[in-house]
Amino acid sequence: MPDKIPADSVGLVTPSHLHIDSPLSLDCGRSLPSYDLTYETYGELNDDASNAVLICHALSGDHHAAGFHSLDDKKPGWWDSAIGPGKAIDTNHLYVVCMNNLGGCKGSTGPTSINPETGKTYGPDFPIVTVMDWVNSQTVLSDHLNIKQWAAVIGGSLGAMQAMQWAISLPERLRHVLIIAAAPKLSAQNIAFNEVARTAIKSDTNFHEGHYTDHDTLPRQGLGLARMLGHITYLSDEAMGEKFGRELRNETINYGYDVEFQIESYLRYQSSNFVEHFDANTYLLMTKALDYFDPAKEFNDDLTATVASITAQSLVVSFTSDWRFSPARSQEIVDALLSAGKDVTYAEIEAHQGHDAFLMPIPRYIDIMKTYMQKVIAESEIR
Amino acid sequence: MSLRLDLQIISDWIPDGSRVLDLGCDNGQLLHHLQNRGVSGYGLEIDNSKFADCIKSGVNVIQADLDQGLPQFADQSFDYVILSQTLQAIKRPDFLLEEIVRVGKQAIIGFPNFGHWQCRLQLALGGHMPRSRSLPNAWFDTPNIHLCTVQDFDNLCTRDNIDVLRRSIVNHAHKDTLGTRLLPNLFGQIALYQIKKKPQ
Repeated sequence: MPDKIPADSVGLVTPSHLHIDSPLSLDCGRSLPSYDLTYETYGELNDDASNAVLICHALSGDHHAAGFHSLDDKKPGWWDSAIGPGKAIDTNHLYVVCMNNLGGCKGSTGPTSINPETGKTYGPDFPIVTVMDWVNSQTVLSDHLNIKQWAAVIGGSLGAMQAMQWAISLPERLRHVLIIAAAPKLSAQNIAFNEVARTAIKSDTNFHEGHYTDHDTLPRQGLGLARMLGHITYLSDEAMGEKFGRELRNETINYGYDVEFQIESYLRYQSSNFVEHFDANTYLLMTKALDYFDPAKEFNDDLTATVASITAQSLVVSFTSDWRFSPARSQEIVDALLSAGKDVTYAEIEAHQGHDAFLMPIPRYIDIMKTYMQKVIAESEIR
Repeated sequence: MSLRLDLQIISDWIPDGSRVLDLGCDNGQLLHHLQNRGVSGYGLEIDNSKFADCIKSGVNVIQADLDQGLPQFADQSFDYVILSQTLQAIKRPDFLLEEIVRVGKQAIIGFPNFGHWQCRLQLALGGHMPRSRSLPNAWFDTPNIHLCTVQDFDNLCTRDNIDVLRRSIVNHAHKDTLGTRLLPNLFGQIALYQIKKKPQ
């Protein structure tokens, strides 16, 4: 935690909880009889509820997008660089909502929750949810908050896929969509990385077919490996080189297998930290939601036909060094929007941080997003 | 903000309500200006440094490299495709021109005329590559890699079955003079062409 809360922070925030007692049908054919949604809001909803913005989180994200939970927090929410008073997503004017996705492990119902039908934790029996299921559950929250139409739905990476799905499936419920560091579907290489991550988790001897909590243990080794792999793919060669190079922890090499290079130490630290507060079953489920996302499938793989329903104006942003979801993938989305004649702006931001660039305060990126959001604000204020 | 001179002429050539693709749209001033007349469309631009200006003026701007052509656009999907003061910086102007008349029912192309007498004089008597107010760079650092004369452009249009519907060859202040009217390739500094693909 900084000594004092910065002026452009949303400050101390508290998550809200919503319990839903009616069932939610899922793409997989199963349904959740009841469920909890955990979310945070920043800023004030205006009288006609025209200034609400939904933030969708990515694989390891959650509802805590900005501000601090307590003065002891080491770090603010995951997108504090973009959300706050005077920031790109300006909470002086906007009412910002961010929800932990179903299947998550930070408050919304997921594998670590109690299954009301058995009285035991769901664990691996939690149904695999899809991007569309998330959008449907976010709709339930929108209704609860009396938000008929979002001024904008915004997301990066897996979050951008939810934003896209909103625009495609519920066009009347949003005016703008911000699709950042996205892809219209995963490539074989993307799925391959996810499969390596899942294999790492499932082959951990402490995994116990997903029932690790019953055995009072955690598949730390496997989840840690999955996180290491993920981390490598979220960064670029250049970013890693700049941060760590071939720097050694001690001055000499030891001709052994202990941690010697700084990058090894960093990966081990990151992953050991991660495994203590992220659920392995959630990780498996999130990677599956990524793999399955393919909105064009219902439209004979015609992405132009897929986006034909969109009425929202779009801002699409990609980053030059992102090789997980490269600019060419965003270009596919943009090309479809163009050939469908939609209102779209597209920027490819020069950045060396790889896929993670979407979380960084890169001046050109923030400037473009902020200018775009000022237009969104101006529109919502004259409504 | 007053409109760049070449863009003023182009703007006058575009009927109200047209669907327009502006290649190399810079800060989006042409499309912004045209919006008041019900013109819609997109601006394409490789450099995103002025995208905030485009967004402010409500112009749909797409970051794109024109050297790749216009594969994202269907045949005849715009009433007008505009390319002003950019043709000379393109790797294959003939390829882009072909793309432009494919995507646009009509197109408006503006370029600096390298056949202007000052250019000729600098090369003939000065013995060095011409430089001027509209072409200020030295040969080694200029982005203008494919300069042409009015005559060259006419020849390319003929070769590629492109009809010239209208032509305006003017001096640096975008005025036409006796010289630009009589001997445009000698006295014109800026050339603006309205073109379309000949029917097959």
